[in-house]
Amino acid sequence: MSGEAFSDADSAGVFMSIEQFEYSSIPADAEALRSEVRAFLQQELADFPAIKRADSWIGFDAEFSRKLGKRGWVGMALPKEYGGSEASAFARYVVIEELLAAGAPVSAHWFSDRQSGPLLLKFGTEKQKQFHLPAICRGEQYFCIGMSEPNSGSDLASIKSRAVRQGDKWIVNGQKVWTTNAHLSHYMIALVRTSEGEKRQQGLSQVIIDLKSPGVTIRPIKDLTGGAHFNEVFFDNVELDNDAIIGTEGDGWSQVTAELALERSGPERFLSSMTLLNSLIAMVGAHPDTLQAKEIGRLTAKLITLRNMSLSVTQQLSEGKSPVWAASCVKAFGATFEQEIPELAQALCDVSPASVGSNEHAQVLAYLMQMAPSFSLRGGTREILRGIIARGLGAQ
Amino acid sequence: MRDIFDSTIERFFLDTVDTEQVLLAEKEGWHTALWTSLDELGFALAMSPEEKGGAGATWSDLCGVARLTGSFSLPLPLCESIFANWLLGQGGLDPLSGPLTVAAKSDLKSTSGAVSGVLKDVPWGRFAGHIVAVMPEENLQRLVVFSSEQIKSLEPSDNIAGEARDTLTFEDATPFLTAVLPVQLPANIVQLGGAMLRSAQIAGALHKAMTISHEYAAERVQFGRPIGSFQAIQHQLAQMAEHVAASVIAAEAAFARSADELDLLAISAAKICTSEAAGVGASIAHAVHGAIGFTHEHQLHLLTRRLWSWRSEFGSETYWAKQLGEAVCKKGASEFWPAVTAGYFDTFQTETSQ
Repeated sequence: MSGEAFSDADSAGVFMSIEQFEYSSIPADAEALRSEVRAFLQQELADFPAIKRADSWIGFDAEFSRKLGKRGWVGMALPKEYGGSEASAFARYVVIEELLAAGAPVSAHWFSDRQSGPLLLKFGTEKQKQFHLPAICRGEQYFCIGMSEPNSGSDLASIKSRAVRQGDKWIVNGQKVWTTNAHLSHYMIALVRTSEGEKRQQGLSQVIIDLKSPGVTIRPIKDLTGGAHFNEVFFDNVELDNDAIIGTEGDGWSQVTAELALERSGPERFLSSMTLLNSLIAMVGAHPDTLQAKEIGRLTAKLITLRNMSLSVTQQLSEGKSPVWAASCVKAFGATFEQEIPELAQALCDVSPASVGSNEHAQVLAYLMQMAPSFSLRGGTREILRGIIARGLGAQ
Repeated sequence: MRDIFDSTIERFFLDTVDTEQVLLAEKEGWHTALWTSLDELGFALAMSPEEKGGAGATWSDLCGVARLTGSFSLPLPLCESIFANWLLGQGGLDPLSGPLTVAAKSDLKSTSGAVSGVLKDVPWGRFAGHIVAVMPEENLQRLVVFSSEQIKSLEPSDNIAGEARDTLTFEDATPFLTAVLPVQLPANIVQLGGAMLRSAQIAGALHKAMTISHEYAAERVQFGRPIGSFQAIQHQLAQMAEHVAASVIAAEAAFARSADELDLLAISAAKICTSEAAGVGASIAHAVHGAIGFTHEHQLHLLTRRLWSWRSEFGSETYWAKQLGEAVCKKGASEFWPAVTAGYFDTFQTETSQ
């Protein structure tokens, strides 16, 4: 789901403590971007209905991603030589939180922007960087993330997909599952086994797979809403060039772990139900009853606080740290918040969720009610995150 | 300044404020010797200007101090004294030596200079040398300072942590000091500042409760292994950690954003989040500790009885959430996110409490 690691990519040596949650605010130069992004979105999404906005970051629109690319808002933290604009982590934060709050369809470039780009920049060869990063920044090249397999969900280190060296090629066999956007992406960054190590976490590598390659089969999996965002992907003797490995062969586990702080701390971890929260406020109107006022006030306080937690992790990331533990707190707490919104929306107003008919609020409620279970599954389940958080306390 | 404050006060608390001393203070109501030695450190004057003997600190320098008073269950009005002296400074008055306290719930009225009225839920009311309150007058807020001798009658009350929360009545009293407060200060300034301080104290107490719960889970062996190795326990501790992290950042944000003037939105967010966390955290800490944590002998109740008390003080979760929610609804859906990112709802007006 979301093609993200569900995994227990473990946090050995991860820096952790409650004290790392220091208050950080967005610097003025980054904040200055906000009005420009808002004006752009107001124009671009003028006729974009709430039910589409409710898709949040699984909404796919390649044309929209290319427009963002033209504005320099994809891969914006990447170096200029690779097509980025060397923007600060906070400038990127302003852009992505505005996109998410508006319910813009960002999923085409989302994974490339959030993690594949930074991963390639950090571990990629010069050739890989030259080939992929400029196209990512243009909003034209989309990556999906191949982690989970049929028998490897939370227990990611047990994956069976394998790349075997044959002459100057790698031959990949195996299967990935729950891969968001595989059917719409150009490349997959897959975690595969390339050798056996003493520990299961050794001998894993990240490889770039061109999804047009012979031997790749992609089958959509319908989710419970009837939508098809994720897929199963089969590899049958798929040939990769020798340079398909990202970073160091056999070091895939530590590379994946390093990505976790990026993928678990962003505003997408608490803004998934934003369209419904807006819709709830509109439905309640200017004169809430006591119960409505209290719960909407409480949700607002949580939103403000989650945003401060997330900004605090952003500050740490911008200092080159890898705050996986703090990011796990953001994601676990954020998912609870995202899931609480449909519960409260249904409880606070006499509007039944409706898949068809009724009104827009009823449809947004129906959709997010059904999507909500995935919020604490994708990107690491609540249970896995809580394991990481608890073990982090142990190192204090 | 913050680092020196934090390390100084932590060292002092480590040396002087242990379970025995807190229990003694609770039993006697007041711990004179502890106040005397704490007062010597001069923290009550932290926010007063240097020429008045203070350190010229801002609120952002003091979040750590407030958190530490919570984590050590300090049974004394240090936060109240700092805040009272800050209010005096806002009124252009010189700081007073403590112990001082503040009253958020006030119906004071003045008749030709003589002030009468009732102050409710006054922290440490019967032990404070001076009591600071705010009295609305036509178009202005007047700061009123009484000395303890001026109390006409006192109805004692304790919160469940044995901390005095008294009702004080004044009758035709000529205040010890008065001053006009700057117009930009909201009418509920005492409630607001008190909520900010309690949010940090709750964050501190929760952090400590989490630390000792984790330590206990690592030591206590059942079924041949530490109970902390069971997922059922781990997940509870993790859930608590999420709330502690949220509480700490919410309190820090409230103090940081109140450097110039007390930030209504940040403070209400902090009091709402920490008050909710207080209930969740206290419950988990007791679940993890089992029966031993339910004994008088164990230190856990020093923290949890304060959590259960402080979440009500200076406005409960519901008190603040209801007002914030009304402001959000009045602002409307299309302006909701812009107001969140601006950190300001112009529809969020302060109300006085009584």
